[in-house]
Amino acid sequence: MNAMTGNWIKIGVLSDIPKLGARCVAFGEATIAVFRTADDRVFALEDKCPHKNGPLSQGIVHDGCVTCPLHNWVISLETGAAQGADEGQTKTFPIKLDGDTILIDAAGLS
Amino acid sequence: MTHKLVIIGNGMAPGRMLEDLFEKNPNGFDVTIFNAEPRVNYNRLMLSPVLSGEKTYEDIITHDDDWYTAHGVTLHKAAPVASIDRTAKTVTSETGITTAYDTLVIATGSDPIMIPLPGHDLDGVITYRDLDDVEIMLDAARTKKEAVVIGGGLLGLEAAAGLKMQGMDVSVIHLAGTLMERQLDEAAGHLLQEAFEARGVKVFTEANTSEILGVGGKVVGVELKDGTRLSADIVCMAVGIRPNAQLAKDAGIGVNRGIVVGDDMRTDDPNVFALGECAEHNGQCYGLVAPLYEMATVIADNLNGGQADYKGSVTATKLKVTGVDLYSAGDFAQEDDREEIVLRDARAGVYKRLVLKDNKIIGAVLYGETSDGPWFFDMLKKGTDVSEMRDTLIFGQAFQGAEPLDPMAAVAALPDDAEICGCNGVCKSKITDAIASKGLTSLDDVRAHTKASSSCGTCTGLVEQLMVLSLGDSYNPNAITPMCGCTDLGHDEVRRLIKAKELKTIPSVMQELEWKTSCGCAKCRPALNYYLVSEWPDEYADDYQSRFINERVHANIQKDGTYSIVPRMWGGMTSSTELRAIADAVDKYNIPAVKCTGGQRIDMLGIKKEDLPAVWEDLGKAGFVSGHAYAKGLRTVKTCVGTDWCRFGTQDSTGLGIRIERFMWGSWTPAKVKMAVSGCPRNCAEATCKDVGVICVDSGFEIHFAGAAGLDIKGTEVLGHVATEDEALEHIVAVVQMYREQGHYLERIYKWAKRIGCDTVRSQIMDNAEMRKAYFDRFVFSQKFAQVDPWSERVSGKDKHEFKPMATLSLEAAE
Repeated sequence: MNAMTGNWIKIGVLSDIPKLGARCVAFGEATIAVFRTADDRVFALEDKCPHKNGPLSQGIVHDGCVTCPLHNWVISLETGAAQGADEGQTKTFPIKLDGDTILIDAAGLS
Repeated sequence: MTHKLVIIGNGMAPGRMLEDLFEKNPNGFDVTIFNAEPRVNYNRLMLSPVLSGEKTYEDIITHDDDWYTAHGVTLHKAAPVASIDRTAKTVTSETGITTAYDTLVIATGSDPIMIPLPGHDLDGVITYRDLDDVEIMLDAARTKKEAVVIGGGLLGLEAAAGLKMQGMDVSVIHLAGTLMERQLDEAAGHLLQEAFEARGVKVFTEANTSEILGVGGKVVGVELKDGTRLSADIVCMAVGIRPNAQLAKDAGIGVNRGIVVGDDMRTDDPNVFALGECAEHNGQCYGLVAPLYEMATVIADNLNGGQADYKGSVTATKLKVTGVDLYSAGDFAQEDDREEIVLRDARAGVYKRLVLKDNKIIGAVLYGETSDGPWFFDMLKKGTDVSEMRDTLIFGQAFQGAEPLDPMAAVAALPDDAEICGCNGVCKSKITDAIASKGLTSLDDVRAHTKASSSCGTCTGLVEQLMVLSLGDSYNPNAITPMCGCTDLGHDEVRRLIKAKELKTIPSVMQELEWKTSCGCAKCRPALNYYLVSEWPDEYADDYQSRFINERVHANIQKDGTYSIVPRMWGGMTSSTELRAIADAVDKYNIPAVKCTGGQRIDMLGIKKEDLPAVWEDLGKAGFVSGHAYAKGLRTVKTCVGTDWCRFGTQDSTGLGIRIERFMWGSWTPAKVKMAVSGCPRNCAEATCKDVGVICVDSGFEIHFAGAAGLDIKGTEVLGHVATEDEALEHIVAVVQMYREQGHYLERIYKWAKRIGCDTVRSQIMDNAEMRKAYFDRFVFSQKFAQVDPWSERVSGKDKHEFKPMATLSLEAAE
């Protein structure tokens, strides 16, 4: 395990998340949505759509984006930016895979 | 006294003749038909689309059982005629039926030629002529790999293309040097060969089959004269047809190749006509539909006491293979007194050739770009002198006149008597008049009223252009709205191709139909998921990641990310036990809001996602299952109390509502389906604004459909009246299944019905018992896989990951 900086925290393994799906990580009062794409990349966003705080973790994942379940805003998983004509930004968190293990950067959380 | 008319054969020609006959004289004839095939009349031209999977048998029926009943026609199916007794004026079938006639029409058609090669009687060697042949081929394509088609003419190539589309490896063996040499010149034949080879069909020209090889009575391949061997699981012989004149010959009627007829279509016995492919007129036998229809009209006239003459036909041919545009008409052999005009654009794959004699067109071959075909054909038939426009003739109609015209102007410039539909002999003015006088607005209407483009369908484009000319911008034939930005295909095409290409997963749909994105979007994925569930209920594995969150977790997401749930209350009936269970759950889980819905049940709102399985477990103990209040599927069946309590009730409306709901719950549909059953016309259950509604009356049940009370408000349409509860259920299920199979995703029943026409729905559900039963059976089959309560599944642990966090991090860990 890459414990070089000591900031990477294990939150689970890749198979915990369905392909083209998401899981939540509870972090105090906040929720982080962790997404898995078709090609097994993982991304972490705050579980809030910039539009009306819709839970992005409940949306449909496609092509590096998630569509919010409340009003169909499309948010980039990589940048957290709203796509198309909508404007808004969701907070992203550093996340990485070490083999099958999913690690999130604790330093980025605070 | 009515005239006794007996017809031998029930193909397209006699079908047309009867239509003409009844139009002019509906009650003058007592008609009996002997049909060797065990079915009603269907459009033989459309066999190739059935083989390729683009249409079904039901789609190509032209006259169903009800049509024969309505016109008082006696139809003996599977009853080949054994003999004609012209002295007694009777015919007798092999099944022992003898019927007397005043007039006899022989329409025995033609038989496919089976070359008596060694091995032609092996199992797996077939011809391509009727639906039985298509069924054998489709069956073979399901389990077998290789097919050889002997014959590279029209039928052989259509068979080859169809088998290829069904996924077989196909080789075509053709005796002549180029394909379709009777209709095409060499150059076009080569282009055609390239087009087939590009699809992966192997083509062998100048190839002569010497033997069909078999093992244990089954075909395994063919051997050519040059020693080449091709392996094959089926061999389709499509080398031509022979008029079927044996019956007439046995009865002593004059026969050459076909049954000889005069201009009035009578044989040498004035009481006997011959019609269609079995007839020989002026030394010519015809195998295309247009001449047969012309003959049919002549006979219908003469039967009605007229003096019509058949003058022979000039024919034009189109190949019905999707993606290959080919048109040929007339005579194009090279001879000294003829001139040619040729246009070649090899890169664009366009080849056009006109053959002129005495400044008149006598032959035309068009490949790659065929829209001018009917224009050339029109001049060919009329013998128009083309010397004035010779220089630009080959560029087509649009190029004539001072300025280049757009294609619409070309259609506008066609004379009123120009033939638009060759199959049915429909001219331009007949179509435009019908549009104007009958207020037609859809292609299906125009087909129904004029028959234009209703046979082989290749003139559909022209008919649509005429509709644009007549109706202006309100009719846009190209208005196929793509499903979403990921594809150019519309919903109908996608549904059709899923079926035709047997696509059974979302990735295979996207791969085969060339999706522009790697994994679709939130619009197309749920739609595709539904289409696959609907098409392959037993095989398709539902993709939950392609469902909206509500259908994924079987509850309704609310604005704050909590959920609401609605348990099923069958027909709106409940009990103290059920109400107590709801009350207990509300207390135990601190559910903040409880509300009665418009669908006669109870909604619990504000439940935290992680509590859902526990709430369902408690409710399940009281017998509750999911009410699917979130589903594009069956929602509620509202009822009134009917004869149980109401002094006006005429039927057990509550009981019927519960029965419908128990029968149909769990089914997925293109959009939500809400129903209601009212026990009398006072309509307390508000059935006349539902997707499907029932109004009970003393004599039975009036079934309604296509209502709306949401974004749009619309009263229902009446589907029809039935006498019993069982019939009501069958009709309701059938109409919903029809909608399940045809609706676009998110399209409610009223929009679907408007799109395809309420009359179409009525004719298939009310007037056609066979189709109704088939819809019903397909619904019942799909329910086997759909009726699983999703709540109890999740209580048992399915999709556990949905309902709890993957990890819980403490703030300290982050520091």
